Amino acid sequence: MNTLMGQPHNGRFGEFGGRFVPESLFRACEEVESFFEKFWADDDFVEEYRQILSEYAGRPTPLTHAKRLSSQLGVEVFLKREDLTHTGSHKINNVIGQALLTVKMGKSRIIAETGAGQHGVATATAAALFGLECKVYMGEVDVKRQALNVFRMQLLGAEVIPVSSGSKTLKDAVNEAMRAWVSELDTTHYCIGSVMGPHPYPYMVREFQRVIGEEASDQFRSQHGGSPDFVLACVGGGSNAAGTFAGFVDSTAKLIGVEPEGGAAIGKGAPGVVHGMRSNLLQDEFGQVEEAKSISAGLDYPGVGPEHSYLASIGRASYRAVSDDEVLEAVVMLSRLEGIVPALEPAHAVAYLAREAGKEIPKGSKVVLTMSGRGDKDAEVVASMIGARLGER
Amino acid sequence: MISLESSLELKRLQGSKLLVPYITGGLDDEWTDVLRAVVDAGADAVEIGVPFSDPMIDGPTVQEASQRSLDRGTTPLSVFSELRGIDLGVPTAVMTYYNVVHHAGPKRFAGWMVDAGVSGVILPDLCFEESDPWRSVADALRLETVQLVAPSTAEDRAKKLCDASKGFVYAVGVMGTTGERANVQESALEIAKRLKSLSEKTILVGIGVSNPEQASAVSEFADGVVVGSALVRRLLEGQGPKGAYGFVSELRSALDG
Repeated sequence: MNTLMGQPHNGRFGEFGGRFVPESLFRACEEVESFFEKFWADDDFVEEYRQILSEYAGRPTPLTHAKRLSSQLGVEVFLKREDLTHTGSHKINNVIGQALLTVKMGKSRIIAETGAGQHGVATATAAALFGLECKVYMGEVDVKRQALNVFRMQLLGAEVIPVSSGSKTLKDAVNEAMRAWVSELDTTHYCIGSVMGPHPYPYMVREFQRVIGEEASDQFRSQHGGSPDFVLACVGGGSNAAGTFAGFVDSTAKLIGVEPEGGAAIGKGAPGVVHGMRSNLLQDEFGQVEEAKSISAGLDYPGVGPEHSYLASIGRASYRAVSDDEVLEAVVMLSRLEGIVPALEPAHAVAYLAREAGKEIPKGSKVVLTMSGRGDKDAEVVASMIGARLGER
Repeated sequence: MISLESSLELKRLQGSKLLVPYITGGLDDEWTDVLRAVVDAGADAVEIGVPFSDPMIDGPTVQEASQRSLDRGTTPLSVFSELRGIDLGVPTAVMTYYNVVHHAGPKRFAGWMVDAGVSGVILPDLCFEESDPWRSVADALRLETVQLVAPSTAEDRAKKLCDASKGFVYAVGVMGTTGERANVQESALEIAKRLKSLSEKTILVGIGVSNPEQASAVSEFADGVVVGSALVRRLLEGQGPKGAYGFVSELRSALDG
């Protein structure tokens, strides 16, 4: 049996997960697994990791009671402020862990895939911090719509490699990073950015992200007592949600992951195998992977981490979808009511809450919502969609 | 259905080096003519790619061929249905990614193979530890699941994979994606030597075998070669059945020489 948010047996979360990799990568996955297990059980490593998170990345992040939003919606909303970390999103938690592991493994290079560019920026940041060479694979479409993040990565000394195969987005960047990794195994660690990929990645990345949920759970208990009624997080690959849920899975809180309508792998997908894992996947009648379509580059992924498929299958978490329009309204709402400009990704969770407050989320409920990143990177996209309309208000 | 394993083994025991060209199924209107051409030119078996949207272990050439084929509307069913009417006289194996099998379901996919007279299957992303659901179905129908062994594969694992492999053992010549290389890599010779000492089975080296000289060099140690990207590139360039015949004939002469 798989423990709930504990260590998965053989990399399996129920019937999901596993290690579906070409034979060339098998040994590399085993190596990452054995190093991770060794160091994650080593108090000195964990202490070093925690210390970097605190002294460099700005942890712990606050849990903010969003009072004006709460009074407007009729529910009590508490925001877990990952937007306040160094680099502006929760991605830093994972990359600090994996970069530290890279050093312990004796490797000098790190590669990563990125969609919105947040994981790429975080990886480039960690690479600079640890003196590692860094290459980031990014779909051509994303390179265009996230030009600011491309520049940030380059400024940090990373090489950004545009990927022109397939749909030219995140899923193709993953393929290309895997391809590059095969030929560079001796020197290079592949730093996957979400709770996806072959074992041990879904497990390892969730462990590096569980700090979100553990902090939020402690903060909620000490500030308000007990457990929240609901815990909300957006889900693309699902790393901030997995990290958040890890702190609440043993509580009475209802866990809800919010997917984009155009990339709802759990809501609309079927079990499939891609990128080294078995999980829910958007695919056609012959198993060809379909493109996700979302306003948010960070959620533009046709698959989802296997642990989410598992949590959905056993009913411990539920997954809901919101539209791009609802997300844009949520960006404006949170900006104006709380002075927090959210990234498009967590705006999905806000949009769901705004739509369902008083319905699926009953009046008076206490809700913890993970604000996984700040919205600076999306300013251009948001401006192009609703900028003119805002000017008229 | 001709057994891949016994057919290749028979030729090997007769002293012949083996040649298995790879072709992307449904690439264009002529792809089944290309199949016949490569057999006429001396192929001992043919590997046929069923295109997948996310070919993780393929380099640019096979990626482009897969995409071109998918854009023409190729599906697993269309590839199998075109194969059904053809008697090549040599065994065939399909190469695809596991999701194509997983989505159809092992039983259904195996049924398609049987109907089309395909003997073997190569699923490069189906790690051996994950392969029971497929192999239990395939074994019962005598479909041959080829295992890949890589330069990075540890010794005891390599032995296990060779023992489990049906049809032949696919020795991955290079740590990298499929694609042409300027020179024969040391790793290709190494793995051929290593696997020959580990196993009695037919050992074919693929990935990074791009021309007659390389085929001949690798076959010093291996039982033969799989040649994919170098042939597919010629097809993408529009060389058609004639070009394929010419190239495979050159490979054949080099192996026989």
